[in-house]
Amino acid sequence: MKIPRLTDTTLRDGDHAVSHSYTPEQVRAIVKDLDEAGVPVIEVSHGSGLNGSTIQQGFSIHSEYDLIKVAVETAKQAKIASLFVPGIGTSKELREAAELGISVLRIAVHCTEADVTEQYFRLAKELGLETVGFLMMSHTQPASVLAEQAKLMESYGADCVYVVDSAGALVQSGVRERVSALKEALSIQVGFHAHNNLGLAIGNTITALEAGADQIDGTLRGLGAGAGNAPTEVLVAVLNKMNIETGINLAILMDAAEEKIAPLMQSPIVIDRGNLSSGYAGVYNSFLLHVKHAAEKFGVGVSEIMQELGKRQAVAGQEDWILDVAVELAEKKGIKV
Amino acid sequence: MYKILKNDGNMELALVTGIDSNSEGLARAREKGIATSHHGIEAILEDSEIKIVFDATSAKAHKLNAPVLREQGKVAVDMTPAAIGPFVVPTVNLHDHLEAMNVNLISCGGQATTPLVHAVNRIVQVHYAEVIATAASLSIGPGTRQNVDEFVRTTANAVQQIGGASIARAIPVFNPAEPPINMTNSVYAVIKEEFDEAAVIESVQSIAAEISSYVPGYRLKGAPFVDYRETPWGRLPTVVIMNEVIGAGDFFPTYAGNLDIMTASAYRVGDVYAGHYLSAKEVTR
Repeated sequence: MKIPRLTDTTLRDGDHAVSHSYTPEQVRAIVKDLDEAGVPVIEVSHGSGLNGSTIQQGFSIHSEYDLIKVAVETAKQAKIASLFVPGIGTSKELREAAELGISVLRIAVHCTEADVTEQYFRLAKELGLETVGFLMMSHTQPASVLAEQAKLMESYGADCVYVVDSAGALVQSGVRERVSALKEALSIQVGFHAHNNLGLAIGNTITALEAGADQIDGTLRGLGAGAGNAPTEVLVAVLNKMNIETGINLAILMDAAEEKIAPLMQSPIVIDRGNLSSGYAGVYNSFLLHVKHAAEKFGVGVSEIMQELGKRQAVAGQEDWILDVAVELAEKKGIKV
Repeated sequence: MYKILKNDGNMELALVTGIDSNSEGLARAREKGIATSHHGIEAILEDSEIKIVFDATSAKAHKLNAPVLREQGKVAVDMTPAAIGPFVVPTVNLHDHLEAMNVNLISCGGQATTPLVHAVNRIVQVHYAEVIATAASLSIGPGTRQNVDEFVRTTANAVQQIGGASIARAIPVFNPAEPPINMTNSVYAVIKEEFDEAAVIESVQSIAAEISSYVPGYRLKGAPFVDYRETPWGRLPTVVIMNEVIGAGDFFPTYAGNLDIMTASAYRVGDVYAGHYLSAKEVTR
């Protein structure tokens, strides 16, 4: 099997799990370890992408530009990437991140809306960035639709397109179909980004590799939105056992996960009722903390909010619907809002 | 077009013009017995009787059309993001711009949310406003899709200028759910000082009622409420307002409330202008 390129997104997806509280010192320490361990790409930005510091997504405590700057300064071999969601970020933030020295831009949209990415792929290429397309909530569409959307991104200048299991809702057959369809349709690379709501983050990532994926994602100790991601250190251990030589130092990653990431966690990430119901209903993972907030405020259950959001087919960026659902559920129960 | 034909207002529909003689819009206008042309703005310039022009082309085209229309004394109601003239929202500032020759309607999200921010701001200063405008994917045309930046910039500017917020953000969301969702908007208004919650809620409800007089499908989803949020300015009360816009179904399907609120607002602006000119004429007589 070919050697995949690993992107560690502890400092981006993990940003949701720490409620956007990363400090420049933490970023420096984590980037230093990942870089020394030989992780080739490190993603740093607000969890919802550049300029994501909002009420809807959660305000960052430290400016993400300061964090990106520290990451760029610290990394000796690793490329620094940022996530970009059109509408949350605009060309202005894209340019600013490029100026700070990121090398890779990962442009994320709901997996049916690839045509809103054109202006940003073109700009990123103009600025000399490597580009990755991120088809979020890939479980909601069949492989054929994802392949069409991925082809659009390829035509705009993407160097790679990811199948992104934002809700952690895919099982292995679903991953295989989707990654294979993209491999067949595209002449560029294909990636896979997992979430662990069904306990399949590592398994699905390996399935993606078997189906031909060129790039995969992980986060130290699985620190990511909701149920978290494929833990980078576990992924490297598994790849070693499979005799896939990533050249990444497992010992450094284990130490970083244990000593630097575990202490940042408000509580260990487990597949509890909230995370399982979110994955089972196919709800975007970064909704979790917002759902908990709304459940408490309006006196309704986390699982019932998740279920209704799944029914309404909410997409990434629709945290406001959580409040709407919570209010409606409360009213139905006769709770005074 | 349908709104002018359906309502017994101050305007008379003289011409529908486009650049594609086979377009569905022009065909529908012909069916209704309305004069049509596929020579674009030229056809408008040939008719000196036309006083009000609704421009739903593109920002680029409107930049060319605007000076020509002005030269001929025709008022332009600009439905593109060109924003050459002042932003207008019928419930907030239309009467400040009755003599303007070019006014801009911001965006669908802007028409839906800036009056809500204004309604809070007339009771207590809004420090930061964030509006989330969500529409069905099917109702978002290629123009918007190719230029999301423009929507974001124009709408956020209007939330500051018309809404009165000191700082503003606007975020569009496109949702492809089947069946298609109605347009929904959320407003978060962060307040830094003590305020009368009941007065804010009443102010928002009354402006929503006013808007629904010209956009019948416009309503609040539940009463506005206050939620405390961690912000860069500390833990602050945030007024949360949720709104839904169901279209009239004149031309676009009812879920496309985002398109309907633009045409309904444009109609309202045109009708008020026409009424203003007619009454001015009577005075001079």
